[in-house]
Amino acid sequence: MNEIAGKLFGWLNSRLPIVNTFERHLSKHPVPSKVNFWYLFGALASVVLIIQIISGIWLIMPYSNTEEEAFASIEYIMRDVDYGWVIRYMHTTGASMFFAVVYLHMFRGLLYGSYQKPKELVWIFGCAIYLAMMAEGFLGYVLPYGQMSYWGAQVIISLFGAIPYIGDSLELWVRGDYYISGITVSRFFALHVVALPLVLIALVLLHLIALHEVGAGNPEGVDIEEFLDDDGIPLDSVPFFPYKVLNAFVAIGVFMTVFAIIMFFFPEGGGYFIEMANFQEANPLVTPIILRLFGITHHIMQC
Amino acid sequence: MQEKDNTRRKVLIGLTSAVGLSGIPFAATPFIAAWNPSARAKAAGASVKVDVSKMQYGQQIQVAWRKQPVFVIRHTKESLKGLEATLPKLRDPNSEDIDELYRGQNLTRSKSNEYTVITGVCTHLGCSPKYHPEVEPKPWDASWAGGFFCPCHGSMFDMVGRVFKGVPAPTNLPVPPHFFNGSILTIGEDGEMA
Repeated sequence: MNEIAGKLFGWLNSRLPIVNTFERHLSKHPVPSKVNFWYLFGALASVVLIIQIISGIWLIMPYSNTEEEAFASIEYIMRDVDYGWVIRYMHTTGASMFFAVVYLHMFRGLLYGSYQKPKELVWIFGCAIYLAMMAEGFLGYVLPYGQMSYWGAQVIISLFGAIPYIGDSLELWVRGDYYISGITVSRFFALHVVALPLVLIALVLLHLIALHEVGAGNPEGVDIEEFLDDDGIPLDSVPFFPYKVLNAFVAIGVFMTVFAIIMFFFPEGGGYFIEMANFQEANPLVTPIILRLFGITHHIMQC
Repeated sequence: MQEKDNTRRKVLIGLTSAVGLSGIPFAATPFIAAWNPSARAKAAGASVKVDVSKMQYGQQIQVAWRKQPVFVIRHTKESLKGLEATLPKLRDPNSEDIDELYRGQNLTRSKSNEYTVITGVCTHLGCSPKYHPEVEPKPWDASWAGGFFCPCHGSMFDMVGRVFKGVPAPTNLPVPPHFFNGSILTIGEDGEMA
């Protein structure tokens, strides 16, 4: 039996570089031995990405992307779909936590000069990921079609209107209507669930491939490539498995605990993660008195 | 060995590429055009009618045109006179920075000397300014003589929607095309082209 399995795997592996890729990018990938906890947030970000993709797919199923039903379908998810509330709060908490871990990850980059030669491209891909995340967050925020969705989108889309000459028609083109209507919501939906996730995943792969080409940095800024063993592996490094994987699992455990506490007990973040005005359906004629610039759109609006 | 002349080949490659690339705008057209407002959206964005004879003096109503708030204000004699007092605070009293449709016709900026018709969308970032007709000190202006205040970023406008100096909003609230037929106000068309 084992022999057959071995043969089958050999057949596969000689046609698809399974072992090679797995060892190169995961199990045997050399990581500087002296990295500290700041280096864990990249792994946490990929965990959140997976959470977002899975919870997102499950949210697509009951969500309705029309002007009449978008808001009601969110309440339907929250009240009538079994465990719908947990899936939605997982997605909203995940969105906020995505930014939180990415900010810490970026801070690490600034702290230890992760943008320096030869890691310039890793940094640039990271910046592109951040931009894609902001676009993704903004588009997703519009989908419930609540008051904050509507007026947040109104503010962001009118930024296009500030472009001289073409601004007004560009705004109309982005909305596809004279106001943020079901037409706008359904196109944002398509971008949020298909187009941008594809871009985001592609960028994450590029980020990782570029990183694995040049190797991770370390707090002391030691060039570990200087001293290699007989196999060309840096002496001052340890393989990703088991040393860093088990490390990361502890971090993931702590992170998941924080995540779960927010998701179960403070999913609205006291009105900062999900603004109270977004519990009202969009009304193009009434601006919420306090258009608080928090939540996910916070980042974009403050730029 | 014979020197190879690549000129012919390069020209052919260049021409083929150019012809191929010229197809990009054609291929992109449907994808870009599909984002324009559809025929249904355009039809829904046609003009709206409202009877303004029942409005009280000093009253403001909101009319939804293209689901955007349009403010109609029926002025009192005092509020029109009060415009004078606010003039020095205005950035662009004659609406020279925007395409003013009915410039110089009335103090109200509209086609009527009694009603003002303005788009209720802040020219800063698109919030809806609130109507504060009272002449009294306000938290945002100690010498407030009535007008509009935007809750989002504090832009101020006078009673006919002209923007104050030193606020985030760059221009006056635009006057939408409109006409009066007796007491019936039509917003969204001029009445002249028809």
